[in-house]
Amino acid sequence: MRPIEYVAAKTVQEAVKSLAEKGDAARPLAGGTDIIVQLRGGRRQLDRLVDMKAIPELNELTYNASSGLRIGAAVPCYRVYGDAAVASAYPGLIDAASLIGGIQIQGRGSIGGNLCNAAPSGDTIPALIAHSAVAEIAGPGGNREVPVEDFCTAPGRTVLQSGEILVAIRVPAPAAHFGACYIRFIPRNEMDIAVVGVGASMVLDGNKVTACRIALASVAPIPVYATAAGAALVGKEATEENINAASEAAQAAATPISDMRGTAEYRTHLIGVLTRRALQSAIQRAKEA
Amino acid sequence: MAAVKTHVRTTLNGEATEYLCEPNQSLLEVLRDVLFLTGTKEGCNDGNCGACTVNMDGRIVDSCLVLGVEAEGSDILTIEGVATPEGLHPIQQAFLENAALQCGICTPGFIVASKALLEKEPNPSEARVRHWLAGNLCRCTGYDKIVKAVVDAANTMGGKK
Repeated sequence: MRPIEYVAAKTVQEAVKSLAEKGDAARPLAGGTDIIVQLRGGRRQLDRLVDMKAIPELNELTYNASSGLRIGAAVPCYRVYGDAAVASAYPGLIDAASLIGGIQIQGRGSIGGNLCNAAPSGDTIPALIAHSAVAEIAGPGGNREVPVEDFCTAPGRTVLQSGEILVAIRVPAPAAHFGACYIRFIPRNEMDIAVVGVGASMVLDGNKVTACRIALASVAPIPVYATAAGAALVGKEATEENINAASEAAQAAATPISDMRGTAEYRTHLIGVLTRRALQSAIQRAKEA
Repeated sequence: MAAVKTHVRTTLNGEATEYLCEPNQSLLEVLRDVLFLTGTKEGCNDGNCGACTVNMDGRIVDSCLVLGVEAEGSDILTIEGVATPEGLHPIQQAFLENAALQCGICTPGFIVASKALLEKEPNPSEARVRHWLAGNLCRCTGYDKIVKAVVDAANTMGGKK
């Protein structure tokens, strides 16, 4: 890795200032599980890393059954899935946080970092979208909020402008009879990048779907919020036929490529299979909730 | 850019340890090249293989993905801190008895990772051991003997914590 300056920011304001001074030549550092690899491999060249882990707001994980969940951008995955109340309220997010990398990566890597890395395959992103999460951003021009489905703009690129940082991810409190799930396909059991990933959430009234959100990983340049797929189920009974219709709408929302992990045709097939499974699991969880 | 060294204070294998490092040096490089603790191995150097696993503040991490400067104030355990003057740790003994190593490059990472598991969960199932160790790759022994060694160590250690 070439020489770099390291700044451990103590406050959000200090981080914003330190990043803004260097523009594109500075990036935030949280768990480091993506950016250190990128720097070492020469895929990114930076003059400054600004460590976020000493900023209190970025390290807070707070959950309240009425106001919901707030995940500081630097909170590592293990803290999220290790909290019993959070794990029971946000099952789709927990699915994703507990299958990223191995235990070593989960001990360091953050959900906020997974979002800011903006990989098309980022596992937590479809789960966050399914859970209607919102990104809280601070920057030189003040604070703003962006729904997670609008956060990624291209592979490795986000809405964050020079000097802006992700402070936290806010996830609304789940409604009664809410269920969610994230599943991915990889050729081995652990430690791989999604060939396809699907996040789904559901609110049930009896067997009738009153809300549904579906999002996809690894099937387009950015994580896909498949609005038509979720809408296909709203107001309908949670039957196999209606689930199949939603999975076909999810397939139509994707623009997969062929690469070493799978062909576009294979990915399209997987979207159908995984969307059905994610919906079935979300329905099951909604019934148990 | 001038390489300004940072003074870092840690607790390493139970002893207060200070070192100087540059911001672009990983904790792995600091351990091996600055502190000469070469028990921690470099495998892939990108977070896939777990050969460089150390315990940092009670969590296992890939030391190739931690900067030396990030370790300020941390409590770190490496493979050098696992055995005691009285002898090998039961996990180390179980690796020997089960022939759970051949070339030995992955072994320190496996042992540090396994120790963290058994301290948290004294009686893990075989499936749990396999899941916990998914971030550690072995390219010669295969996993069965390693998993068996960890389960044996759990039995040996049973109730002693």
